[in-house]
This record gives sequence, C-alpha cells and structure tokens, in this order.
Amino acid sequence: MQWKQTVLGLGLALAGSTGLAHAEGELNIYNWGNYTSAELIKKFEDTYKVKVTITDYDSNDTALAKVRQGGHGFDIVVPSGASLPAWINDGLLLETRPDQMENFKNMDPQWVDVPFDPGRHYTVPWQWGTTGMTVNSSVYKGDPNTSAIFLDPPAELVGKINVLPELTDIMPLAIMYFGGEQCTSDKELLRKVRDKLVEAKPKWASIDYGNVEKYAKGDAAAGTNYNGASFRARLLNKDIVYGYPKEGYPVWMDNVAVLKDAKNVENAKLFQNFIMDPQNAAMISAFARYANGIKGSEQYLPEDMKTAPEINVPAEFKAAGKFNVTCPAEAQALYTRIWTEIQK
Amino acid sequence: MSAASEAETRFEREDTRRRWLLSTPALLIILVAAVGPLLVVLLYSFLAPGSYGDVRWQFSSDAWFNVFLERDIFDDTLAPAWAHLSIFWRSMKLAFITTLLTLVFGFPTAYFIATRDERTREIWLFLITIPFWTNLLIRTFALQEVIRQEGLLNTLLLKLGLISQPIPMLFTDFAIGLGMTYVYLPLMVLPLYASMERIDFRIVEAGYDLYASRFGVLRRIIVPLVKPGIIAGSILVFIPSLGAYVTPRVLGGGKSMMLGNLIELQFGQGRNWPLGAALSIALMAIVMIALLFYVRNASRGGPTHG
Amino acid sequence: MARSFSVRAQPGFTTVALICFFLLYLPIATLVVYAFNAGTSIAIWEGFSLRWFHQAWNNSQVIDASIRSVQIATAAAILATICATMAALATTRTRAYRGLTAKYAFINAPLMVPEIVTAVALLIVFSRVKIATGYSGLGYLILAHTAFCIPFAYLPIRARLEAMDLSLETAAADLYATRWQAFRRVTLPLLWPGILAGLMLAFVISLDDVVITEFVKSGGQDTLPTYMLGQLRRVVTPEMNAISTVFLAISILIVTVFFFISRKRDV
Repeated sequence: MQWKQTVLGLGLALAGSTGLAHAEGELNIYNWGNYTSAELIKKFEDTYKVKVTITDYDSNDTALAKVRQGGHGFDIVVPSGASLPAWINDGLLLETRPDQMENFKNMDPQWVDVPFDPGRHYTVPWQWGTTGMTVNSSVYKGDPNTSAIFLDPPAELVGKINVLPELTDIMPLAIMYFGGEQCTSDKELLRKVRDKLVEAKPKWASIDYGNVEKYAKGDAAAGTNYNGASFRARLLNKDIVYGYPKEGYPVWMDNVAVLKDAKNVENAKLFQNFIMDPQNAAMISAFARYANGIKGSEQYLPEDMKTAPEINVPAEFKAAGKFNVTCPAEAQALYTRIWTEIQK
Repeated sequence: MSAASEAETRFEREDTRRRWLLSTPALLIILVAAVGPLLVVLLYSFLAPGSYGDVRWQFSSDAWFNVFLERDIFDDTLAPAWAHLSIFWRSMKLAFITTLLTLVFGFPTAYFIATRDERTREIWLFLITIPFWTNLLIRTFALQEVIRQEGLLNTLLLKLGLISQPIPMLFTDFAIGLGMTYVYLPLMVLPLYASMERIDFRIVEAGYDLYASRFGVLRRIIVPLVKPGIIAGSILVFIPSLGAYVTPRVLGGGKSMMLGNLIELQFGQGRNWPLGAALSIALMAIVMIALLFYVRNASRGGPTHG
Repeated sequence: MARSFSVRAQPGFTTVALICFFLLYLPIATLVVYAFNAGTSIAIWEGFSLRWFHQAWNNSQVIDASIRSVQIATAAAILATICATMAALATTRTRAYRGLTAKYAFINAPLMVPEIVTAVALLIVFSRVKIATGYSGLGYLILAHTAFCIPFAYLPIRARLEAMDLSLETAAADLYATRWQAFRRVTLPLLWPGILAGLMLAFVISLDDVVITEFVKSGGQDTLPTYMLGQLRRVVTPEMNAISTVFLAISILIVTVFFFISRKRDV
C-alpha cells in the first residue's frame, strides 16, 4: 500500500502547487454587501461539497478597480448590467456560455437578449429592480408615477423629499423627465436638466440613501428610491406607495459572471447553473427582496412578495422602464460637473 | 577646538543617530503603506482618465487645470472652479467648527477625568472610548433616532412638558454640529488628557495665591500647561474632519457636497481618477503647509524643546 | 477650613463632562434597545426578541468579520503605538536637528491624505505584491492599518512627552542607571497615560476604518465596517445592533476586570 500513499501524496502536492486542489471544494464569491442569501449558500455547499467564501463590495466601481488590479482571488462577481461592458471590454470575464447550461430553460425570455450581454454568453441574472418614487400617500394624494415628485414637487411635499446620492440614478431620471435619452450630450437639454435640478434642490430635505426608517418614521414623505427599499418601507408603514415615473425610469440588473482568472472555474459554472433553478432563485429574492429573472420562481416566493406592486411591475408602466447604461466618458464628464454644481 | 566641545559634538552626533534609529520603524511603515504608494497617485494626476475609471497611459494636464479652473459646460467660458472652491470652503468651515466644539466640550471632560483619583482615571478614559467600539454608521443611525421628529429627545421633552411641539432637529446645522462633535470627541479628549494628567497642582495652588480667580488660573496656568495636548487634539480633529461626509449626510441631509464626497465621486461614478488624484494632492499640500505653520506658531514660547 | 477649597475644581467643568458622558451614551442606549427588537427595523419597536442575536450568531460571515476586525485592530494598535512611542521619543525634547520638521510632517502625513486616495494607491501597489508573492493574508490589512494609526498614537504621546522635562531621566543617569533602566523605570511610567491614550485612539480608529480596508482586503477578509457598508444601500437590520451590543458588553467587562485588578494592585 506504500506506493499508493506516495502517489496520492505526490498527486496532492502537484495539485496543490498548480491550484487544482482548489477546484475540488472552494468557491470565492465577490458580491454586493448584504445581498447573498445564507440559506442559498448553505444549500450549494451541501449539494456540491464546496466551501463558499463571500466577500462584499459596495459599488461597481470598487469591484471593477479591484478585479482589474489582479491578485484578488475571486471566482465570481456580480456587476450591474450598466457596468458589464467595462468588464467584458477589459477581458475580465470568462465566456462560460450560461445559455448552454442545463437550467437555462428556466430563464425568463425577456432577460435573454439584454443589451449588456446579448444571448447570455457570460452572465446569469441575480436580481433586478427599478429606481422610482417612494411617496407617503397620507401626505400626498396625487399620482406618484412621475418624476415631478422630486423635480417639480407639489406644495405638500416641499421640504420633505429625499433624493438618492447616486448620480447614475438621478441624472437618467432627470434627463428622461425632459424627454431625453440616457447618456445624451445634447447641451440644450442638459441645460434644462441642470436648471431644473438647481431649482428643485432647495425643495428637498436630504440627499441620502432611502433607508426604511426615513420613510416609515416620517423624516421624508417622498423621494427617489429603489423598489426593494420602498417595498420594505411599506411593510412598516402601509401609507407608503411606489411610483414608476411615466416619463421614464431606470431599470437595473445585477448579473453573476465568472472571472477570467478564477481558480475554481468548474464550481463557478455550477453556481451559475444552480441559481437558474427556480427554487434557488426564489431564495435569493426572499433574502434580498428584489425580483430575479427566472421563470417559475414566483411560486416559491414569500407571500408578501408574490403580488407586491413594487416587485411586479404593473403592465402599464413596463414600457417606461429603460435599462441603466454606462455613458461614454464625454457625457459622463458633463454629468459629473452638473452633479457637482447642484451640490456645490 | 577644546576637548570638551569635541566630546559634546560627538555626543550630539551620537544622539542624532540614535534619534533616527528610534524613528525608523514608524517612518518605514508609513513609507511602505501610506506615503510611498502615493507617488502612484501623483503620477496618475498627470494622466488621462480611462473611459471606465482608472487611467489611460497618456500625459495630460487636464486634471490639474480642472482643479483650479473650469470651462463652462454650456458657453465654454473659462472661470475659476467655483464649485471646487465653495466645497473646499464648506469643509474647512465644518472642520473648524468641529474642532472648536470638541475643544469646548472636550476640555472640561478631559479635565474632569484627569482630576479623578488615580485609580478611577483610566476607567473614565475607557468610558470615553467605549461608544466608539461600535460602528460609525450604526452610531450615526442611533443618533438619528435620538434627534428625529418622533425621536427620543423630542418625545422626552414633550413628556416633560418643556415643549409643546417637536423641535425639528434632523437635517439641520445643529444636527451636523452635534454629530461631528459626537464622532470626533475622543480625538480631542484623549490627547488633552495625556497632557493634563500630570498637572502639578502645587503650581495651581501657587497660582491661586497670585491670581485668586478660577478663570485666571485656568487661563494663565492650566491652558499653557496643556498646550501640547490642545495642539495635538486640534490636529487630530481638524484634519480628519476635513474629509468627513457620512455624518453631514446622515444627520445634516447631505444636500451640499463635502470634500470627501467630491474626491470619492471622481474615483467612483465620476470615473475621473486623475482629477480625484489632483484634488487630493492639492488638498494635502494645503493641509501640510497649514499644519507646519500652525505647529510652529502654536508651540512658540511653549515648553516644546525641554 | 470648614469647606475645603479645592484647587482642582473649575466651575461648570464637571457639569459639562457629565453632560458629555450622558450624550455619548444616549444613542448607544437606543442602539442596545433596538438590538432586542422583534421587528426588522432599527427604529420601529415591534416587541422584545432575541432573534437578531440568534441570526448574528448563526451568520458565520458576520462572526468572522467581527473576530477579524478585533484581530486587525489589536495588532495594528499595538504596532502603531510601539512605533509611535519610539518616534515620539526621537522627535521631542531635543534641539532642532536636521530633518526634524520633515520627520514630523512625514509621520503625520497619513492624516492628511483623503482615505479613498490612500486606498486606491494601496490597491495598486499591494495587488502587485500579492501577485508577485502569492501571499494574500491579513498582513496587508494590518500593515495598512498600522500606517494610518501611527499619527493617532503619535500625537497624544508626543503631547505628553513635550510637557515632561528631562530632569528625572538625567538624575537617573547620574545614578548610573543604564539607558534602558532609565527608560523602563522613569520615562515609561511617566509616559504611560500618553501611551494609553494613543493606544486607545489607534484601536478605535482601526476598528472603524472602512474605505482603506475595502480596497486592500482579499477574498474572505471582510471586517465589520465593510460588512456594514454593504447594508447602507440595501437595508440596515438590528443584526448590527446585536453585534454592537455584544461588543459593548465585552468592553464593559474588560473595564470591570481592569477596575478590580487595579484595586488589588493598590491594596
């Protein structure tokens, strides 16, 4: 039996030195903070005997910067659709062809030919959502489905509005309010946008994240917000409603991709396939409180999410939703200037 | 040269050598993990921004130009970068007020701790820092809960009948002042304590014989004695609070930008790393000059070089 | 004297100090209360429960992050305080020598750089080192934290030293004490309050750092603040309050033990 041990030892040593040993049982996921269901990970670990490590990031820019520099050790990353072109152009992602995976049949067809990954050669949807309006209906009885809520606020909302501190959410909303296209560099239109933002700002209470307490406890009565956050606020205060601006609103989607320098490619692919299972996708949604892109997951969702108007976009508002995109550098430079100017 | 002075020179040389040796670990660590890598940032400030963040390896002075000057987005006229200046000014003001407030509240607190009996002093000192074992964000959210419209303070005051209507405090300048003082207080109290703890109260006693009034003693004896602590505390509060923006945002509503978010914006969504690099180097230079100037003036006449 | 005249008292100082302590602990009290909330909010009370303690206890990510935070803060604070003490001894109580001002500015430089800039610079440099050496452990975080903690430890220690004169040490030297003996028996005890203040500051500064950690950490190296940062955009649950409460309990325990030890020593 001696030779067997020797061979085994040699094999292990070899595998260790080439990094193959990792492929046996590890997976390093780099995801947005507070976004990964522990239950889902547990199930994945038990099913495939893989040890999963989760590491958090707080923005696409941080994640991109870190992965670009290398030496990070991650296998999987979950960038927003808007930033995916940067990842793909820089050759950071592995073409894992999720479209040929077993569970791809569960993909909701509307999310297959997305502009940031046509045909899904790289990525699998994780969660998606919208940026719209949160309104306290006990303060304002009118129509919440308009960006006028924060750009031309009705008298009863003046001084009670919170605006997200995210240039990439607010600029598209303001541009679409004037009928423009995202990423426009039309100066005439941008001048209107800037003037409107400058005019509206004194009527806001704050520029901050729309945490649940802010609306539920009445620090703010309306504002721009993510649908999932608005949903949670409604669960605490039934007067809260979510509005889909009819002038146009951004839709975002975070997607699971495998990094080119991943050490555990096979496990990463398994994970991509794993989350396209409706039951597993529902676990993510139950934790993160946003929609996933998998057909048939609805039945596994918690009761309060099944019919929530924040999560299931009503048919009449679907058309106004536009995928968030990353703008060309020139347009972005203009937007940064405007964003700085209104807060100077 | 006499033998005595020769020995003295040798001693001085020896002393200087030992002083360099003693400071080597600190200098080395800072060089490796703080100042050295900044050379990269200096280099970046002279490059062009990459289209998805990072830089393009091409020389450009645009970043430095844009720190001070800007072309109007719409009519292309050239003007000083007022937006940057006003943000800089706002952060300076905030840092100054924060320093003043922490000094006003921190001085008596440190004095209180330093005059406890020897056994309990360190306990009180611990008590000052314990709240800071909790995360900054959590602490700030808790503070929000204290001062919001339906929060603890208003409820308390209403119950006591001191006010008939809740006072709006959240998203006001008061909230920012309170929050900043809260966050930066230990940075003032601890250095103050360090220099107060050894006040020789016999000198103070002698002072009472001469000046009699408590304020006179405070001003003419105690304050000069703890001057090094005041200097250290002011530096530790002023400079870090220049970059603060979480507290102004969560408590003050964050409607106006601070230097911290202006710079962070360039490295994040603004995708203009060179400008972010240039802005921070400019800021660093200003602060460094101000610091050296301040320390030189403040320590003049003080017991600096004993 | 019927009522002793205390040379130590200053009018109003005790009041201000007690108000400060009260205000410091008021938000902490609300934070602790909501750790026991049955609901999901950190500000809307829905009844008493221990669910968040359970959840935190079963969340290995958050437990690991807590332990890691304390490890890094302890290591960085001790290293920074040692380096800062040596540096302070080297830069005070001396005639001006060549390079003294430069040294002073250099030691305080980490204070002046906006965090995000140090973070990006360290990311660029450290990731090269990570690739070259294959080492991606906690060392990078400890090194980075030590560097920015040094000025926080240095300034209080220096302030203490500046107010001390050299006469006692000179006396010790006259009594044929070696340099080390003089330091150990004379300088160190006198300097102790400054060192303690510096150590405590360095510890809390490291414990709270988020931006630099976010950029320097490798896979699986989240700390409590970086874990918390992710919640900002999503939702903040009382889980964090529960963890903070445990931290507070531990720190208060430490203080109590410390108190009894110091009493014993005195008796």
